[in-house]
Amino acid sequence: MERIVKFDEVVEAAAALCGKAACFLPEDVKKSLLAAAEKETGELGKEFFRQYAENFRIAEADKLPLCQDTGFAVWFVEYGTDVRLDKGDIYAALDEGTRRGYTRNYLRKSIVSDPLFDRRNTRDNTPCIVHLKLVPGDKIGLTLAPKGGGSENMSALKMLKPSDGRAGVVKFVVDTVVSAGGNPCPPTVVGVGIGGTMEKAAILAKIALLRKVGAPNEDPRYAELEAEILEKINASGVGPQGLGGDVTSLAVHILFHPCHLASLPVAVNINCHAARHAQIVL
Amino acid sequence: MTKRISAPFGPETVKSLRAGDRVLLSGKIWTGRDAAHKRLCALLDEGKALPVNLENELIYFVGPCPASPGKVIGSAGPTTSGRMDAYSPRLIDACHLAGMIGKGNRSAAVVEAMKRGPAVYFAATGGAGALISKCIKKADVAAFGDLGPEAIFRLEIEDLPLVVAIDCYGKSLY
Repeated sequence: MERIVKFDEVVEAAAALCGKAACFLPEDVKKSLLAAAEKETGELGKEFFRQYAENFRIAEADKLPLCQDTGFAVWFVEYGTDVRLDKGDIYAALDEGTRRGYTRNYLRKSIVSDPLFDRRNTRDNTPCIVHLKLVPGDKIGLTLAPKGGGSENMSALKMLKPSDGRAGVVKFVVDTVVSAGGNPCPPTVVGVGIGGTMEKAAILAKIALLRKVGAPNEDPRYAELEAEILEKINASGVGPQGLGGDVTSLAVHILFHPCHLASLPVAVNINCHAARHAQIVL
Repeated sequence: MTKRISAPFGPETVKSLRAGDRVLLSGKIWTGRDAAHKRLCALLDEGKALPVNLENELIYFVGPCPASPGKVIGSAGPTTSGRMDAYSPRLIDACHLAGMIGKGNRSAAVVEAMKRGPAVYFAATGGAGALISKCIKKADVAAFGDLGPEAIFRLEIEDLPLVVAIDCYGKSLY
């Protein structure tokens, strides 16, 4: 049975998610930050955790963005194969929703027209980025993960050799996060994609950031790998804001995928401590 | 110990600050980030006057959110300072910039320029944009308004919480 969803309903839902994601930190991220604050022993680090907690309280109370970098609007869409929009398409709906959401909620417009030459601000934060997945059913699931430039810039991808193995993966992820220092606003959440092809690993790393912060991997081998990487990152002493301390990352989340017999792609996508996302099912 | 200082300030104040000092900064500062820095240095290359005076002044690396009705400014936390490394030595040497506010480490060339200046580098709390917006009492576009969030603003601030991350003696917390 085909279900018709109004284009404008998608637009308005998307616009509302832009405001929600920018101003309201998800509960799991708040809990993780408050728990990490208890572990931090550095004096400066403790002060930063105090400021983070005050920041998310002010943001929520005054409906102010948690961070001025309200990011690239990255949408993950689960699109039911029995759904049809009454007009237009999902890409146009999400661009319009992003445009309205960023304007209406006084969010920063951070997108420039082309990467190299004009770099003119498009003034409405479009175009957005859409990752579309077709699923059975008659619903549309929208998840918005606005991504700031500071943490995205510290992300990395490497095509390791299969012989590099587990140790090679640990080294690459730890080196990437430690060399990022204070730039991505630690304590960070670290998304890791292992396997697939180059682009598959990158997308997995980004999707991994959507998991509830600190929820362990369902595969015990990967759960153990996550714990080991996190421990090594936090032993570095980079600390909150890169100014020294015990907590450099809140969690490491790995997603994996079958890969070519010749390959071992590894992607690391870093999120700042304001690990924002919001979702709705239409 | 937390020091209370007021901007703009001269070399004596710069020299009194040490890496690790916690500071509550009040007074007036400029904002500027990637595109504004590029334009300032292009004007210097052409031998033209800058639209703002940088002597004894601080530049805060920030691109704020727009102000909602009744507010002075939107969220306004620091951006990654490393992207301004290509420009900062020029502004310290040619314009006698007293310091910068941002987040993350600076290049060796910036630290050397800071020693010559002298100039100081403060870290503001990255990701605490809502909290920081409460310290901003006035915000006016001063130059390059066409750049939107990347324009140069004049900010009046009160008790902005900062840490001296790199001092003018080259000592760094990073």
